[in-house]
Amino acid sequence: MIDMALADVRVLDLTHHLAGPFCTKLLADYGADVIKIERPNIGDPTRGSGPFLDDDPHQEKSGTFFHLNMNKRGVTLDLKSSAAREIVKELVRDVDILAESFRPHVMPDLGLSYEELRKVNPTLVMTSISSFGQSGPYAEYKANELVAYGMGGAMHNTGLADREPLGYGVPTAVHQAGAIAAAGTMGAFFGARYKGIGQHVDVSIIECLLGSVDRRIRELLSYQYSGEMGDRESLSGGFANGYFPCRDGFFVMAASGPIMFPRLVEMMGSPPELTNPRFITPQGMRDPELRDAFETAVLVWSMDRTKSEIVALAEENGLICAAVNTMAEVSADRHFNERGVFVDVDHPVMGTVRSIGRPFVMGKTPWRLRRPAPLLGQHNEEVFGELGYTGDRLTNLEKAGVI
Amino acid sequence: MTDRAEAPDLPLSGIRVLDLTVVIAGPIAAAKLGDMGAEVIRVESIQDLGTGGRVPLAKTTREQVQGHPAQRRTFPDGDPGARPWNRSAMFNSHARNKLSMTVDLRRPEGMEVLSRLVKKSDVLIENHATDFVDRRGFSYDWLCEQKPDIIMVRMPGFGLDGPYAYWRTFGSTAEGHAGRSILFGYSDLAPSEIPWVYPADPTAGAVATFATIMALHHRNRTGEGQVIDLALAENVLHLLGPSFLDYSMNDRVSGSLGNRHPGAAPHGCYRAAGDDRWVNIAITTDDEWTGFREALGDPDWAKDAQFAAAAGRLENQDELDRHIEAWTSELDRYEVTRRLQEHGVPSGPVMNEADAYDDPHLQSRGYFEEVTHPETGTHRYPGMFFKFSETPLGIRRPAPLLGEHNEYVYKDLLEYTDEEYAEFERTGHIGMDFAPHVP
Repeated sequence: MIDMALADVRVLDLTHHLAGPFCTKLLADYGADVIKIERPNIGDPTRGSGPFLDDDPHQEKSGTFFHLNMNKRGVTLDLKSSAAREIVKELVRDVDILAESFRPHVMPDLGLSYEELRKVNPTLVMTSISSFGQSGPYAEYKANELVAYGMGGAMHNTGLADREPLGYGVPTAVHQAGAIAAAGTMGAFFGARYKGIGQHVDVSIIECLLGSVDRRIRELLSYQYSGEMGDRESLSGGFANGYFPCRDGFFVMAASGPIMFPRLVEMMGSPPELTNPRFITPQGMRDPELRDAFETAVLVWSMDRTKSEIVALAEENGLICAAVNTMAEVSADRHFNERGVFVDVDHPVMGTVRSIGRPFVMGKTPWRLRRPAPLLGQHNEEVFGELGYTGDRLTNLEKAGVI
Repeated sequence: MTDRAEAPDLPLSGIRVLDLTVVIAGPIAAAKLGDMGAEVIRVESIQDLGTGGRVPLAKTTREQVQGHPAQRRTFPDGDPGARPWNRSAMFNSHARNKLSMTVDLRRPEGMEVLSRLVKKSDVLIENHATDFVDRRGFSYDWLCEQKPDIIMVRMPGFGLDGPYAYWRTFGSTAEGHAGRSILFGYSDLAPSEIPWVYPADPTAGAVATFATIMALHHRNRTGEGQVIDLALAENVLHLLGPSFLDYSMNDRVSGSLGNRHPGAAPHGCYRAAGDDRWVNIAITTDDEWTGFREALGDPDWAKDAQFAAAAGRLENQDELDRHIEAWTSELDRYEVTRRLQEHGVPSGPVMNEADAYDDPHLQSRGYFEEVTHPETGTHRYPGMFFKFSETPLGIRRPAPLLGEHNEYVYKDLLEYTDEEYAEFERTGHIGMDFAPHVP
């Protein structure tokens, strides 16, 4: 039988919102036993954020929670109670990784700092994911997708020069940070497993974004190198890199420069107004007059054609081009469907929901859907039972509001 | 600094990675492996510039970049110098902790060198178009013949099979196809104004690092290597769970909301005092709204009943935003942030490059690291993605010069003789300058 890659890895998951759960989702997706701890009754705040199935704001119907917590087991614990904190320590004894995303003061205040927990488990990897990191003057500041992207990301350089800077729109920066946290967590885990080195991994969402390649890290170093900064609209590399309308929507292409631009002109039937050699010079690629001529020529050509016709032609001509798809088009996409990107998930409250499945393909240790996102406290009996809390002991915890 | 990028105490020390990556997503995946201690060897060629690697053109001149600010500023003092490929921020920002060797894989003796390298390595990572790898001859099957337990990490745009397997892709086109672009941009403007900025590449890079270490763990347990097929477009889609589910559950197709939030207000980017200064305020709970009112001294407009509940704030957010901007535009963006954060309201300045370097928080955390690079001098570099408590990470060596570690790789690692080394030099495999024909 093919084992999953992380079948022998146990994770205690005290994360909530988006970045932390995305990190532990990746671990769970490839076989780790991830035990998610939520507050009794309320649970992870994403249970209260949409989209909801049928727009019904029910705590078991959040699409966001459903997606981010697939393949995890779920228990409830009120960490304000000392009994609950003892249970956390008991669980820590037997896990490889603990992930948490509270503000930095919370775990130490609960008596669950890395220093305390490593006494229980010396090779523990503890990953703390926070907006600003565990130290520094902003450590306790609050942020979310937009605030984090404004400080860490390339927001100042995103958008139009005469308008307000733009964030990523749908939460993306926090997912990006969650993925980076997963990479760091795995690295630390590898050191713990094979070298016996436990570790506290301090992930600052802001710093993840500062280091995110090209739109930010390159510009940061460029400023050091030359003293010059980018502005909004400065990053495209020329007007033939962009989004253009066509008969049934928009398409995107990267066709600036001496190699791609001539291919594009040829594909468009070599309209005479695009043969000026200045089109392929760095200066010409930014010239507003050439831009106007170019956009007009593209429009004349593209408005007779559909996205899929244009993309097929572009592929034949060696251009880099794609449709700008809506989620309806993504869901129907032939390639994604043939590759098995989507999966039907049976959920006890939501029914069968079509979702996004494997993030990537591992040849020998594939992704598998093992279970849908847990109902609130669904695995209390199972997980606490493994610790010996059964019968009356379990009922007492419940009565005391611990679980 | 030693001649080896390996650091004995780090979690991934002892792991050797061959980095055959090109543009953006691949290099940053390998960078994280190097940061955590792996010996990452960039396999480059002096016969071929590669896509989006070091510089757009090997022969970039000062004159050429003068009228092109985005390229000019990537070079120290705007000067590409004699070896532009060693002086660009595009490469030097993320190639820290890597070695560089050169070999021409288009010739059989080059493939022989790669074969010897693979035998001594744990991982080969690349992000070329799917067909490129087979054409060049370093397919997974070939790699397994050299080293049966090799791990191959591939990051093509659309994956190794399926109808679009051979499509060429950048982050922009992957995001367009996967449905992210349409959710991005000003809500009042057409998609033709979607910004040319994409998280696809760095996120795929992080996920690839994660996948690589998982595969190493599996190999350690079972002796079995494998190939990882990480499609850029699919990785983007994986970030869009809520948007996809809103469609699959509710048949809802969304567009961009700009900086706004689908269920809460106020949530936006507001003008602050000064030229092109901005501050973000993002309120998603009633407690935060209460904190906001307190921070402003509860002005009359904020008492308006229409703003009392989340639904009313969402409904009337144009008006709400006008009131807020009237307040922020008189204040320094850091002052806005300080006042709001004191009342538990998520807020922060929009920080340009200079702001980031000047920021007291980042300074206190030591985020930027001073590095001396032999052809660009001493500068402060963006540092690590995360901090490790027991085995601190950092920039152990600057980005390698092209071919800087040829001697180490060919002679020490692959045990070629001095005579053989000289022959590789003579035949254009080994060098520190691109061949004259490379534009």
